[in-house]
Amino acid sequence: MDSYDVPESTPSASSRPEDYFVGATPLQKRLESIRKQTSFIPTPPRRKVPQCSQLQEDVDPQKVAFLLHKQWTLYSLTPLYKFSYSNLKEYSRLLNAFIVAEKQKGLAVEVGEDFNIKVIFSTLLGMKGTQRDPEAFLVQGLILSPRLECSGTILAYCNLCLLGSSDPSTLAFQVAGTTGACHHTRILSKSQLPSENREGKVLWTGWFCCIFGDSLLETVSEDFTCLPLFLANGAESNTAIIGTWFQKTFDCYFSPLTINAFNLSWMAAMWTACKVDHYVATTEFLWSVPCSPQSLDISYAIHPEDAKALWDSIHKTPGEVTQEEVDLFMDCLYSHFHRHFKIHLSATRLVRVSTSVASAHTDGKIKILCHKYLIGVLAYLTELAVFQIE
Amino acid sequence: MSVLRPLDKLPSLNTATILLVGTEDALLQQLADSMLKEDCASELKVHLAKSLPLPSSVNRPRIDLIVFVVNLHSKYSLQNTEESLRHVDASFFLGKVCFLATGAGRESHCSIHRHTVVKLAHTYQSPLLYCDLEVEGFRATMAQRLVRMLQICAGHVPGVSALNLLSLLRSSEGPSLEDL
Repeated sequence: MDSYDVPESTPSASSRPEDYFVGATPLQKRLESIRKQTSFIPTPPRRKVPQCSQLQEDVDPQKVAFLLHKQWTLYSLTPLYKFSYSNLKEYSRLLNAFIVAEKQKGLAVEVGEDFNIKVIFSTLLGMKGTQRDPEAFLVQGLILSPRLECSGTILAYCNLCLLGSSDPSTLAFQVAGTTGACHHTRILSKSQLPSENREGKVLWTGWFCCIFGDSLLETVSEDFTCLPLFLANGAESNTAIIGTWFQKTFDCYFSPLTINAFNLSWMAAMWTACKVDHYVATTEFLWSVPCSPQSLDISYAIHPEDAKALWDSIHKTPGEVTQEEVDLFMDCLYSHFHRHFKIHLSATRLVRVSTSVASAHTDGKIKILCHKYLIGVLAYLTELAVFQIE
Repeated sequence: MSVLRPLDKLPSLNTATILLVGTEDALLQQLADSMLKEDCASELKVHLAKSLPLPSSVNRPRIDLIVFVVNLHSKYSLQNTEESLRHVDASFFLGKVCFLATGAGRESHCSIHRHTVVKLAHTYQSPLLYCDLEVEGFRATMAQRLVRMLQICAGHVPGVSALNLLSLLRSSEGPSLEDL
């Protein structure tokens, strides 16, 4: 994986005239090396097996339990400009205002489900690989308290935001004067039938993190916060709205992170190598065969202990995984399948891998099942995200 | 005779023969059609093969250029190519062999790292070309390029030989390949 840029231009930097004018910041050195196209990086042939890591020292496992067993969609995010952890309340307020304004525009309306979301920002302690990594933070969209059914008057609970003012207590007085807004609220409140028990339920979650993101951190200047990995769970329209707000406020860019088959096979090998006390799920692979008229899917399920036994017979050095071992592991699976079914799985495309530790789909969907290896899984995903940004 | 040798047969008059080796039949067929559409002074013959060794029962002309087509989406095609390379004589690699990697455009479908193919081409000291054979325009351009290379390898271009071409192509590669 071409993810680590070798900082090779340091000795020759002094001979170029540009560097006399402007101090050669690491960013400029990187730009130079990209322009010269000398950054041909060989695949790092070995990677560390995710260890049962520092997460448990920092953070109570219960607090991150809500991150497990959920399907997350992955995005890679360029560094955020002028983001500060002390302004989280301010950001919540602004984002709430923005969401309400967007919903009022009627652009992102889902049929039958128009809940109003209140957004809360909070930091996630302990979700980092090294001390240098910035703190992870979490954005949660909770369902607002329902509007009471009432014939005419608008009550203080309605959250129509007019032109940026987002303080709920003042809204009630402003809204009463505008008939158009009243009409809007009445229609909405009809669809909100008994939902008292839904108040405060989390509707949408998104979190930003950076685990072992050293290669990106060194090249970025002080004003930027690097949190290259973004995981979202919830309705797509909400993700789009919140993403737009972040892009406008912090001048960053989201792009969906897809995982190609090469990386999926690495993930399969690394996750099989992890020691798990009891196996909650079978190890399963899904291949897609491109044939017309419609593609064929092949699913191959292996008992996790057998997969671990196979891996142990291949694995040589403890703690490190090499490219040859991954290839050998996959070749063993392919040849076993070929012997029984005479189908060459290596000619098809690996689409999904799921083990007891986590499961990943090529479209960028991931589900983590084991909290022990949470950091390890995220570290690999951060590496992919950083590679995509670069 | 299971090993392909470059000079074991006499050349026919004004004929140039290319052998395309690869697992993807449809792509090879399309590339062959594009090549035959090119207008060229010599007579072109395109042979397609899934893998080497070629069956010895068929009477075929002398092969001037072998192109190994590797599909980056499937590891099977890489393994097939590696198997087939064993049946090619060493003197073929003096400019008469070329590697073609297809499918690099769709990154999410790739199951072979680009580096693997580069290393393969470097080991065999042969040029590596990239082309997305599924796209019509790229395929036509690549066909043109292969036809020119074939003419040089068959000796129909005065003043340039296959070995000349090989050294020309090699000098344009970056110096960083030496640390592979």
